[in-house]
Amino acid sequence: MVEHSLQKSVLPAPNSPVAIRRRAWREFKDRLARYGVTIGGMSVIFAIVLIFFYLLYVVMPLFSGADIETKAQYDTKISNSTHLTLNEYNDVALTLDMQGKVEFFDANNGQALLDVKLPLPKQTKITSFSKGAATTGVFAYGFENGKALVFRQDYKISYPTGTTRKITPAILYPLGKNTLTLDAKGKPLRLLSVQSNAEQTTLIGLTPDNRIVLKSVIREENFMDEDASTTTEKTATIKLDQKESITHLQMDIDQRELYLADSAGFISYFDISKVDAPRLIQKIKGVPAGVNITTLEFLTGGISILVGRSDGQIDQWFPVRDTSNNYTLHNVRSFNDQQSAIIAISPEYARKGFLALDEAGQLAIYHTTAHRTLLVEPLGTEKNAVMAISPRANGVISMNADGQTKLTHIDNEHPEISWHSLWEKVWYESRDKPEYIWQSSSASNDFEPKFSLSPLTFGTIKAAFYAMLVAVPLAIMGAIFTAYFMSPTMRTFVKPTIEIMEALPTVILGFLAGLWLAPIIEGNLPGVFSILILLPVMTVLTAWSWTKLPRRFRESIPDGWEAAILVPIVILVGIVSMMASPALELWLFDGNMPQWLNDIGIDFDQRNSLVVGLVMGFAVIPTIFSITEDAIFSVPKHLTVGSLALGATPWQTLIRVVLLTASPGIFSAVMIGLGRAVGETMIVLMATGNTPIMDFNIFEGFRALSANIAVEMPEAEVASSHYRVLFLAALVLFMATFVFNTVAEIVRQRLRTKYSSL
Amino acid sequence: MSNKSFSSWYKSGSPWVWLNAGAVSVSLVMVVGLLLLIAVRGLGHFWPADIMSITYHDPDKKPMTLIAEAVETEVVTAARLQKVGVHLPEGQKTGERHLLKVGNRDYFGLDFLWINQLWVGETSYPKDLIAIERREWGNFYGYLTAVKQQGKVIATGDKVWNQLQVRLKRSNSLVAKIKEIEKNEIGKINHGLEELRLQKRQDELDGVAEGSLAYQQIEEERKQWNVQYQGLQKQLADLYAELNRDQIMVKISDGREVELPLAKVVDVYRPNAMNVGQKLAFYFEAVWKFVSGEPREANTEGGIFPAIFGTVMMVMIMAILVTPFGVIAAVYLREYATQGPMIRLIRIAVNNLAGVPSIVYGVFGLGFFVYFLGGNIDEIFFQAKLPSPTFGAPGMLWASLTLALLTVPVVIVATEEGLSRIPRAIREGSLALGATKAETLWRTVLPMTAPAMMTGLILAVARAAGEVAPLMMVGVVKLAPTLAVDNIAPYLHLDRQFMHLGFHIYDVGFQSPNVEAARPLVYATAFLLVMIIIILNMSAISIRNRLRETSKASEN
Repeated sequence: MVEHSLQKSVLPAPNSPVAIRRRAWREFKDRLARYGVTIGGMSVIFAIVLIFFYLLYVVMPLFSGADIETKAQYDTKISNSTHLTLNEYNDVALTLDMQGKVEFFDANNGQALLDVKLPLPKQTKITSFSKGAATTGVFAYGFENGKALVFRQDYKISYPTGTTRKITPAILYPLGKNTLTLDAKGKPLRLLSVQSNAEQTTLIGLTPDNRIVLKSVIREENFMDEDASTTTEKTATIKLDQKESITHLQMDIDQRELYLADSAGFISYFDISKVDAPRLIQKIKGVPAGVNITTLEFLTGGISILVGRSDGQIDQWFPVRDTSNNYTLHNVRSFNDQQSAIIAISPEYARKGFLALDEAGQLAIYHTTAHRTLLVEPLGTEKNAVMAISPRANGVISMNADGQTKLTHIDNEHPEISWHSLWEKVWYESRDKPEYIWQSSSASNDFEPKFSLSPLTFGTIKAAFYAMLVAVPLAIMGAIFTAYFMSPTMRTFVKPTIEIMEALPTVILGFLAGLWLAPIIEGNLPGVFSILILLPVMTVLTAWSWTKLPRRFRESIPDGWEAAILVPIVILVGIVSMMASPALELWLFDGNMPQWLNDIGIDFDQRNSLVVGLVMGFAVIPTIFSITEDAIFSVPKHLTVGSLALGATPWQTLIRVVLLTASPGIFSAVMIGLGRAVGETMIVLMATGNTPIMDFNIFEGFRALSANIAVEMPEAEVASSHYRVLFLAALVLFMATFVFNTVAEIVRQRLRTKYSSL
Repeated sequence: MSNKSFSSWYKSGSPWVWLNAGAVSVSLVMVVGLLLLIAVRGLGHFWPADIMSITYHDPDKKPMTLIAEAVETEVVTAARLQKVGVHLPEGQKTGERHLLKVGNRDYFGLDFLWINQLWVGETSYPKDLIAIERREWGNFYGYLTAVKQQGKVIATGDKVWNQLQVRLKRSNSLVAKIKEIEKNEIGKINHGLEELRLQKRQDELDGVAEGSLAYQQIEEERKQWNVQYQGLQKQLADLYAELNRDQIMVKISDGREVELPLAKVVDVYRPNAMNVGQKLAFYFEAVWKFVSGEPREANTEGGIFPAIFGTVMMVMIMAILVTPFGVIAAVYLREYATQGPMIRLIRIAVNNLAGVPSIVYGVFGLGFFVYFLGGNIDEIFFQAKLPSPTFGAPGMLWASLTLALLTVPVVIVATEEGLSRIPRAIREGSLALGATKAETLWRTVLPMTAPAMMTGLILAVARAAGEVAPLMMVGVVKLAPTLAVDNIAPYLHLDRQFMHLGFHIYDVGFQSPNVEAARPLVYATAFLLVMIIIILNMSAISIRNRLRETSKASEN
């Protein structure tokens, strides 16, 4: 019978090959689905987690130190080199010595490329040598007859065979091939300093009789004819009346300042912006007794000087303007990671970093703004070594007195970032005190980037604070009423209305804040404050007079509709306050409240924190409202009923029972709201002036982390420090919101289990 | 209760209850007020406002006549007026002032003007005042005096209006024809030439010998394109000559008579002479033009069709990406993964990601998708085009992917919720009948979860449509010259940048040179965006409600 029915069935018999095949196929599909879904699900979760790790991956290089690696090591026939330079591709180097030998050679193997015959005067000894700022590539020799020769290195780059680069080094003479008389008395130039640019060349020399001689050659182009130009010369002499011998003489790239260092450790600071009238501004003891100044170099940009000392310390000094507009030198920061006398300092061309070589052969890499020592490692050169850093700061060439040469690759991508430069007060060049500043880019090349995240984080906190100030009371109070007192009919309308605002694009809120609300608030400032004061007062007054209304009238509106009764009051208060605003302004604030605020010392911006607070508060209200409302509404009914039955008023029940039970939920609502306020971008971007200031004034703007990312990210060069710092800002936002949300989520889950156990 | 004293009333806690009620009222007034504000300003912009003619006696200037539309009115204190250089007579503390749109920017310099009620003389609404919508320089107001052809007067007096209508229709159709040629046909030629250049570059990269047949063919084709191009160029020159035939003469408020080429005119209307019906017709036509037209004058005029198109397209691609992944992740979390502390942790993390600032996703999208993925794709597949990037630059695909990542938690959470609502009995019934787990899922559980997935998807779409901050980094631009879909193979260009409604609001509102003129347009755009998002959310809510009812029904 059984067999019979099976034969009649459309299904194959359980153990027939067809059935087995189908089962296997179904099992295969089941397994396929299992693995497919598992892999798919895991990869989606992985992708989400990837965000965090990718941000971290981009940020990490900021905090790694520098690395050096020897590229080539060889002997050359050059001996006693005085100065070296390296070109930007780390392939051609230049050596100069006190005999006037100037030679370009291949940096990778020491092969001579070009032996330059300088037009040196015959039978005249070279007594001094000077290099201008590294970026200009200018040099000068000073002679025993008080004359000097100025010349400049030049690299021509051509591509004769398509993509292969060919570099042709050359020496040019900005003032012609003739020597220039610097000291009219013809005394030897013991020390020399030179700077030259297209308009002006200045030479400063020191003679054995302690005179400093200055000469500027200024080229002025003719208005009518660009080729024709006239040159004027200006000269001056400073008579020094000191016994200590001058050891260093340095002029800045703009030919406006002159620094002298002497054997007693004094630094003299001269203003030479008027070449023919030099002026001593300050003479200051730069090192403690028993320590000598061994090197004196300018940091790129020519504002700071770096003083290398015999005890291995390096000090950064720059002139600081005091309140009476006088400049004085300040020792801004020191580096003491080296132990023996500093013999050479090579500033980087584009960044505020430098290399220092000490007597023990240790090479150190520093960055001034970040106050960071990136590396201290033996370079393996003996005494009397000279070195040069490449313009891209990725290579250094060093040579000892015997001509042993070493080309070293430097890996140092982000020296300007440190905990100090990101979060602490930094004393930037040309500033009168340490400050928090965010200024990531500028038009000029030797600009000191200011990457302090402090003002931005402050802005974010300020925005969140004022937003929460608006949102928390409104949302929580509103939620209490909606969940606990409101009539169900009204609740079905109110709750979705407020919740739908959560989906309102913030770009619209930002636009309204910036273009509609900000001008209204500026124009009606007294009105705005009168709303803030009048609203609660009028609400209580309305409530009180409501109890005085005839009972019949009161009963026509059932309990739980108070909010609806108050709507016209709210509108009325708003309209009356706005209309009364000019009158109030005339009465209390001389007719112009922003001006009045300015007069009493409170700055007023049109796009200020008040606007942001109101609008972002508005944006956060639905989030807090919705979660709080849920938490209060789901407080078990038997708790409230029990309390009421024992004779408590509804208000007492609410305060003592309901809020207490729901408080974790309210806390988590506030946390989630805070997370939203911290990360909000468009409102802060559009409703503030985006100036990174640190001031808690409600009438001023700020620049938030998120808005900063939105503004600067598209312009940041990929993998630059700026780019990575913006990623760091994103990571900070990510972590902050993630922490807020996680805390909120855990609290909420606890609450859920608590409710279910009640 | 009514006879109680204030203090006992205070003790009962009633004032606090009322204050709480006040908070609800304030929130409601703010929400509804905001929506009304956007709606009124956004929709009001298209209404053809009456143009007035005002005689104005500013004591510092000569008496003058102004022809303008009224924009707004406010009361300002004398001190504030003094700051902007307006001195009210002694004793007057406040003054009323009006913002007027006087138009004619190329003749007056500014197209908006504040005037003080105090010095306003006579105001009238002459029926023959015309408003001209122009292709550049904004609106123009004045009296039409004559129509010219090649500089010769064709019509004056009563005949001008009809003459103008006929000629305007002709010039507008010519403009459309020119645009068609410039955009489509010349676009095709440019594309062809670019293809040839790339082919040549590819041949060079592949090491094809110089001067070989391949290069000759390319050269040959290039010549053909050039011939075509010259033909079109000639055709265009003829059309332009035709277009520049007509001019109109308009008398403006300071009495000057000005000649306007008809080629620059989009539309002419006489609002003062229109009745309500005509105004309504005009209104709907203006709305249609706004929704379907292309932007002009740095986006401050014209329509927003490319922005609507870009938004919809991006959201659609995002939806296609986000649905399968979100659903698979949710099914994995709920059905396949072993429930334990690890999965709980993951669930919390996924929940929290919905709260991570959108700008963070933008940063990630730019770094990972655009520079890392896109850069590598370019290296491998689009070498000929380098160094100009194809996928290594912000574009539609990366924007969609970034938003998909941003919204995937929403879909996961909603789908998981739906899955958890399916009664055990249904699952167990299916399994008891011999179905495998996959079959149970596919045939019974997932179909029942479909509304929940739909809810998640709609919420995701609503969120994506309103997000701007991440898009600013991964693909949105102020003005995209071409749409992502066009008549050139492969028809869908996911590497292109696009326009977006939300970004349009930001850009026009904050980056445009003439914010005052652009403002109504921003309100209109904002209204459109708000409508889209509210409708999407409403439908998500109604689907969710229906879902709850059906799940309740199936439980019973």
